[in-house]
Amino acid sequence: MSALFGRSRSVLSRLVGALVVVLGVVTLTFFLARVVSPDPTNLYVSPQADQATRDQVRAMMGLDKPVLEQYVTYLGQLVRGDLGTSFSTGQPVRDDLLSRLPATLELATYSLIIGTLVGVVVGIVGAVRRGGILDHTGRFVTVAGLALPQFFVGLMLLWIFFVVLGIAPGPVGRLPVGLVDPPQTTGFVVIDALLSGQWAVAGAALQQLALPLITLAFAIFAPIARTVRTAMLEALDADYVRTATAMGLPQRTIHYRYALKNVLLPVLTMLAGVIGFAFSGAVLVEGVFAWPGIGQYALDAIQQSDFAAIQGFVLYAAVLYVVVYLLLDLLYARVDPRVRL
Amino acid sequence: MSVALAEGNLLDVVDYRGGFRGPDGEVTEVLAGVSFGLRRSTLTAVVGETGSGKSLTALSVLGVQPRGFVRTGGRMLFDGEDLFAGGPRSFERVRGNRISLVFQDARAALNPVFTVGHQLIDVCRAHRRLGRKEAEQVVLDMLERVRIPDPLRRMRQYPHEFSGGMAQRVMLAMALVSEPELLVLDEPTTGLDVTIQADIMDLLVELISSSGLTACLITHDLGVVAQTCQDVVVMRSGTVREIATCEELFTAPRDEYTRDLLAASRLVEAR
Repeated sequence: MSALFGRSRSVLSRLVGALVVVLGVVTLTFFLARVVSPDPTNLYVSPQADQATRDQVRAMMGLDKPVLEQYVTYLGQLVRGDLGTSFSTGQPVRDDLLSRLPATLELATYSLIIGTLVGVVVGIVGAVRRGGILDHTGRFVTVAGLALPQFFVGLMLLWIFFVVLGIAPGPVGRLPVGLVDPPQTTGFVVIDALLSGQWAVAGAALQQLALPLITLAFAIFAPIARTVRTAMLEALDADYVRTATAMGLPQRTIHYRYALKNVLLPVLTMLAGVIGFAFSGAVLVEGVFAWPGIGQYALDAIQQSDFAAIQGFVLYAAVLYVVVYLLLDLLYARVDPRVRL
Repeated sequence: MSVALAEGNLLDVVDYRGGFRGPDGEVTEVLAGVSFGLRRSTLTAVVGETGSGKSLTALSVLGVQPRGFVRTGGRMLFDGEDLFAGGPRSFERVRGNRISLVFQDARAALNPVFTVGHQLIDVCRAHRRLGRKEAEQVVLDMLERVRIPDPLRRMRQYPHEFSGGMAQRVMLAMALVSEPELLVLDEPTTGLDVTIQADIMDLLVELISSSGLTACLITHDLGVVAQTCQDVVVMRSGTVREIATCEELFTAPRDEYTRDLLAASRLVEAR
């Protein structure tokens, strides 16, 4: 009873901590934006505009008020779920983000599943067959994944499969030009197309997806594989594995239950970071493939100094990371009996 | 030093040699021909200072030497069969089944993310054809035999919830649950409080004598040896210096190093 109470109380304190982090991020981005560009009116009126026009624009944007008042107004808007209006699209930032979210979610979900699975398998095989040919190959590929920037991998894939071999479609987004989106149910184009029986659309969507998926999955695979291999090697060297061996447990049990459950802990931590990275739109991958997701939106916003959009994106990413790490803490306590929340 | 292969020994270590391979590929010998035998149903102590190779020899009995150790020669005859002759397979056949090992620092030797009951049941079922319920009962009885209070509740706990002494009892239960013939104890009481050391040793002696087990106690505590063991093997720098019955050793030590050890432990003064 008291344990239960203590647990919910500590979960509560984590939630408060998470809110503080989000507030900190919001405050930081707000003031950073003001420092970088104290008078953004220059971005929206022509340099020849007269002072009256400028003042009018400033008043409209609320920039004539003291900074602290602007800050309080901004926080008030956030609480009401209003992220401001993007100057480049003319739409509320919230609507922009929501309309781009499905593209990011679709790419990120598939990449996470594939990247994580392959990473875990390669890491385990490398550790169990330490020093063997599979281990060396796995490590070589892993290092490549860690060292090569994602935009480079993406561009190389495009060059090979689109330009040279001509077997992959060009980087034009989720569907080739001329195809109409299937009716939206899940927001995942491939699945929506299958649900409505549009096989050709699903196939085309899969082809569009292939290269960005490989690029992002590769970026996810590498850190996972490295973490799994290191953790698994450590586990195989641990005293409890020696005990299990001496007690005559089958090697399968020792590797895939006794060692693997201990490996889960560092992998969960790594996974949390990777999930945050993928769901906040893997800016560079989306940029290279013109993938109409959150990352692409952030990239455009930065190029156009669209501050409301940038702040909206940063807030989204902050909340995402905070939620993922909060879930990680809860999960950790379930896997490792030594951890008490 | 030569040792006659006595008929009916459960384990004979014969001229066992090995060492660690350095970065240059050279093997630095740390076991320079170890030979001794374990008489059936007796408790034999292997004593020696740190680095004498006693633990390494003990771990070798089950083929769980540390990474980097290379055997360069010798035989290990268990019930007349050379464990090294059949490759890794022959160790797998005896591990936990006919030979069990109790490690020092039991808390580290148990898996931190599984309950104690889970680990005990796994070991039990790896060696005995039992259903889950039956295995649970066997484990429960074993925990009672090693005198763990409230065993049903304790089974559901994790190693970090056990004190050092209680964890060592769990370790002992794990070693005995498969009903082995030979029990190797690698400094089972090192790192425990003195009073708990005595409790554990009492328990060990009782379990060993009541079930007619053959046991090999690796220790550097001559006080424990004097109270509990029948035979003693003295090791130093990877060689055996003296083999004697306990009484002989403490009354008439032949080897100079043995005399030094006895003097250092101040057991001779008490005589």
